[in-house]
Amino acid sequence: MTIKEIIEVTGAQLICGESNIDNIIEFAFSSDLMSDVLTQDSDQVLLITGLSNLQTIRTAEMADINYILIVRGKAISNDMIRLAEENHISLLQSDLSMFHISGLLYAQDLKPIF
Amino acid sequence: MMRTNYNVEGGDFTKAGNVASCVKKTLKQLNVNAKIIKRVVIALYEAEVNIVAHAYQGHVTIDIDDQYITMLLKDKGPGIEDIDLAMTQGFSTASAKVREMGFGAGMGLPNIKKNVDELTLESEINIGITLCLKVKLTE
Repeated sequence: MTIKEIIEVTGAQLICGESNIDNIIEFAFSSDLMSDVLTQDSDQVLLITGLSNLQTIRTAEMADINYILIVRGKAISNDMIRLAEENHISLLQSDLSMFHISGLLYAQDLKPIF
Repeated sequence: MMRTNYNVEGGDFTKAGNVASCVKKTLKQLNVNAKIIKRVVIALYEAEVNIVAHAYQGHVTIDIDDQYITMLLKDKGPGIEDIDLAMTQGFSTASAKVREMGFGAGMGLPNIKKNVDELTLESEINIGITLCLKVKLTE
């Protein structure tokens, strides 16, 4: 799926990282625990998370994750956007719950990493 | 050999990851394999978060030569009472604040160990910890 298709399916809003909009994403991982994200070997996945702080972006940077969808309508700070832009990370935001977003995307083409 | 030094402030989560971010840029410039870079920066980031989460102050020295990156992290803090227990997945003494940041699940040290080639950990109670991590940069 492309970011564009993810936006169409979930109604999420693109906060930054427009240049990635046509990139193809195959896998997704849902977690609020960054320690869990850091134990995954896969990269180039969509991270679906309700944790919205600088460490969310830092974790993605270290784990080579370029796409983050913040769920449950959590606020995204300007510092987060700045850091995401610096690292060419696309940030998306949705008011839906993690389960809802995961279900919508699972029903499409996105695969779990395990 | 290339040596860089950094200070890490305990409790300051806004800067946690700055060292790992700098090292990532350097290793990219040196054309190190992306999978190796990921192992290095994940271990370093976890170790940096540990200093921010548990210590008052820390100092990081990064040495890069043709073959290895050596990361020496020294902190002033409470130390670790039982190192074997701290290396056990799921054991944590992290505060609620640390957990709010998405950490503190007792996975840091085991994940660091998984990602490096060599790990030595020395601890003195109420003085601090010295953690030395080494990763081979060539395949």
